[in-house]
Amino acid sequence: MKQLIAFVQKEFYHIFRDNRTLLVILGMPVVQILLFGFAINMEVQDIRVALFAPTPDAFTQDVTEKIRQNGYFNYQGNMQTMQEVEESMRKGKLDLAVVFPPHFQREMLHSGEGVVQLITSSADPNRGSIAATYATAIISQYRMEQTGAADIPFQISTENRMIYNPRMKSAYMFVPGIMGLVLMIISTIMTSVSIIREKERGTMEVLLASPLKQATMIVAKTIPYLIISLLNLISILLLSYFVLDVPIRGSLLLLTLLSLLYIFLSLSYGLTISTLVQKQINAVIVSAMTVMIPVLMLSGMIFPINNMPPALQYLSLVVPARWFIDAVRKVMIQGLGISMVWQEMVILTGMILLLLTVTIVKTKKRLE
Amino acid sequence: MKKKVIAVSGLTKRFGHFTAVDHITFDVEEGEIFGFLGANGAGKTTAMQMLCGISKPTSGSGTVAGFDIIRENEQIKRNIGYMSQRFSLYEDLKVWENIRLFGGIYGLSDKVIERKTDELLERLDFREERSTLVKYLPLGWKQKLAFSVAIFHDPGIVFLDEPTGGVDPAMRRQFWEMIYEAADRGITVFVTTHYMDEAEYCNRVSIMVDGRIDALDTPGALRSQYHATSIDEVFRQLARRARRNE
Amino acid sequence: MVEVTDLRKRYGRQGRTLALDGISFTAGEGEIFGVIGPDGAGKSTLFRILASLILPDSGKARLNGHDVVTDYQKIRQIIGYMPERFSLYQDLSVEENLQFFATLFHTTIKENYHLISDIYRQIEPFKKRRASALSGGMKQKLALSCALIHKPEILILDEPTTGVDPVSRKEFWDMLHRLKEQGIIILVSTAYMDEASQCSRIALMQGGSFIATDTPQGIIDSYSEILWSVKGSRITALLATLRQHPGVKSCFAFGERLHITVSEGLHPEVLRQELVGQGFDDLRIAPITPTIEDCFMAIDTQ
Repeated sequence: MKQLIAFVQKEFYHIFRDNRTLLVILGMPVVQILLFGFAINMEVQDIRVALFAPTPDAFTQDVTEKIRQNGYFNYQGNMQTMQEVEESMRKGKLDLAVVFPPHFQREMLHSGEGVVQLITSSADPNRGSIAATYATAIISQYRMEQTGAADIPFQISTENRMIYNPRMKSAYMFVPGIMGLVLMIISTIMTSVSIIREKERGTMEVLLASPLKQATMIVAKTIPYLIISLLNLISILLLSYFVLDVPIRGSLLLLTLLSLLYIFLSLSYGLTISTLVQKQINAVIVSAMTVMIPVLMLSGMIFPINNMPPALQYLSLVVPARWFIDAVRKVMIQGLGISMVWQEMVILTGMILLLLTVTIVKTKKRLE
Repeated sequence: MKKKVIAVSGLTKRFGHFTAVDHITFDVEEGEIFGFLGANGAGKTTAMQMLCGISKPTSGSGTVAGFDIIRENEQIKRNIGYMSQRFSLYEDLKVWENIRLFGGIYGLSDKVIERKTDELLERLDFREERSTLVKYLPLGWKQKLAFSVAIFHDPGIVFLDEPTGGVDPAMRRQFWEMIYEAADRGITVFVTTHYMDEAEYCNRVSIMVDGRIDALDTPGALRSQYHATSIDEVFRQLARRARRNE
Repeated sequence: MVEVTDLRKRYGRQGRTLALDGISFTAGEGEIFGVIGPDGAGKSTLFRILASLILPDSGKARLNGHDVVTDYQKIRQIIGYMPERFSLYQDLSVEENLQFFATLFHTTIKENYHLISDIYRQIEPFKKRRASALSGGMKQKLALSCALIHKPEILILDEPTTGVDPVSRKEFWDMLHRLKEQGIIILVSTAYMDEASQCSRIALMQGGSFIATDTPQGIIDSYSEILWSVKGSRITALLATLRQHPGVKSCFAFGERLHITVSEGLHPEVLRQELVGQGFDDLRIAPITPTIEDCFMAIDTQ
């Protein structure tokens, strides 16, 4: 135990004596949140919207009514067929179409779940994505009212489909994305680099030749970055909530639990990298390439996964951020509960176990 | 009297309150092998950086290869060769690629590079290794090649920073024979080393203590002046006086 | 007691690089055992195997009865190891470095201060200074303090004096002698041949083998060549001429002199006259006792 404490203390010395790196790792989330938050004009009005409900019922009518009454929307009427929806979209007559599946109310009361599809035209991509966000907000709010009134709890989730120009921008969309990016990059790079630095400097040789257990070293290497990542999580959530007005609709506890899982995963990934490469520069490149690019491209942060070619969709399945960002959106923005995110949590846990296994197998008690 | 290739006077370098090099004054003649000794931290590296035009002196003046070390440092860089134990050649390039690279850096034409490459490989008996990656060469060979590359562009003076660290004794001697040959061809050799026996090979030796040059003469004269049997002993006597402890 | 029997180790693809080619030796209490050889001779590989950091392909090594392969955990408690170009944690202070290593080995600075006081006292005035701001000699002292803080039975030092100036090197060896007196077994490697005389026994290493193992004096005594020193001007020309001479077996520059080995029957005065005839003057030729370096080169070039 004394060894562990001494080691963690040493790690903190390294971190605090490298002011510039410390500034970057603590400042990065702040800068990113503010950059994305203020670079975007959120005010969009006069959104032309149409609804399509193949089998109208009380629920679809309630939602239609809510949207008609909302000041941001310009209601264009109900569509009769899917063809009509797409036709109007293509002609640029609509910004948003809200599509209910057949027998929406019945299905929802039976299974406790319902999925509403939001189709946005994105001649103006900002407009499209913000329109979808507003619609999502209205539907979530309606769900909550209903949950309060009715005895049977049920959930409605929305599924966004952006057609023609699949870009999404808005604080609602980006906050989960930034969480997925920042938490992973910092934990992965810092953990792997701090271990490999010891290899490069020759201190690892001395540590190996001492009675120190490998497990102690690994735990000691992760603790400081776990703490730093938690600080980052807090700063991201505070900034999004108070500065960007992004709501936290679901349970804060669940959100924290999800983030903790994701941070553990990132730390494990950093450990895995440290067992596979020998040079700091390689660790940085490997971490950056395997974190940045998948998170930006394949997680659904920028490009919706549904619109990707099938090959990339399959590839995105192994990107942890995809599952994390999805789950955060569900909990934070849509206010859904654990029953809607347990799958993601199981997948993330599975990934952690896999990475830790690789790390343990690859960690050597000798130099080669 | 021979031409002076290096002539500096009152050369000083301060970093804040710390005086790394403290008013050093000396000359080096053409074709001379000049040993530049000193304990770790005595200021050797800083002094050498100023002579090579990499670092600007705080005060003092001097010329290297006929150029002013303050105003004409770019010309100096073109007219000197440099080799150190830490960096000399690119390990992941082949032998001929290294030669072509350094030839190119010093502005030699492709034709000249090609002709001189053949000559060089012939002289070192390296023809078979032409396309070998440098990292696969034994250390001693590497150092010999590195020295040849450092004087490839026929500089007036070559700076060698601990060129023989870790090299086996026979190779070390072959290396010094190459230095002698270069000096016979008129190239001035300015060398630092921690091997005190190598100091005896030099025509003249200077010993730096706390940023100053405390002794400068031929090895023989230094030995008799300090009543010592070797330069090693002279060095120890001088270095014990050092106050600086950084 | 260090007992090493027939250690072998190959590296690289299909074991192309031979690092150790059957090394055997023993070293006992109160002994400084020096492994002397150039870079690439296999010194670091040998020491890393002894420090339980890499596995040998074959052969056995035991430190105070513990096998370096099977009892590696025990080995790591009883050795103090200082790898080549070891530089500690640069961003930690002198004291923090020492403190860290003490805790690593389940001890404290206070508990074992007497062991290191000799060495540590010299750097203690700078204990708040970061390791990166120390001179080469002081870094060496700190590294040695860190390797000693847990009272090791065996000290394994891989080229501790490389790149260190002669004065600091001398001090470092003085410290090793004092540690030897305390009964610690010291294994030390170096590329500086002149440090050989500081060891109780030495092994000359080249190409993965010990080419000779003996006391420094023993190695010198077993030198079988006739060795002369030649002093004169025009060194380069003299070197070339001597190499051409049928009676000269080898000729190398040693400082300001040339060391030559000659065939039996050649007399210094005869050689001198011959050289004077070829235009060399101011010559002095005399038989000399060999240095370790002469011995190394004689064995190596055989």
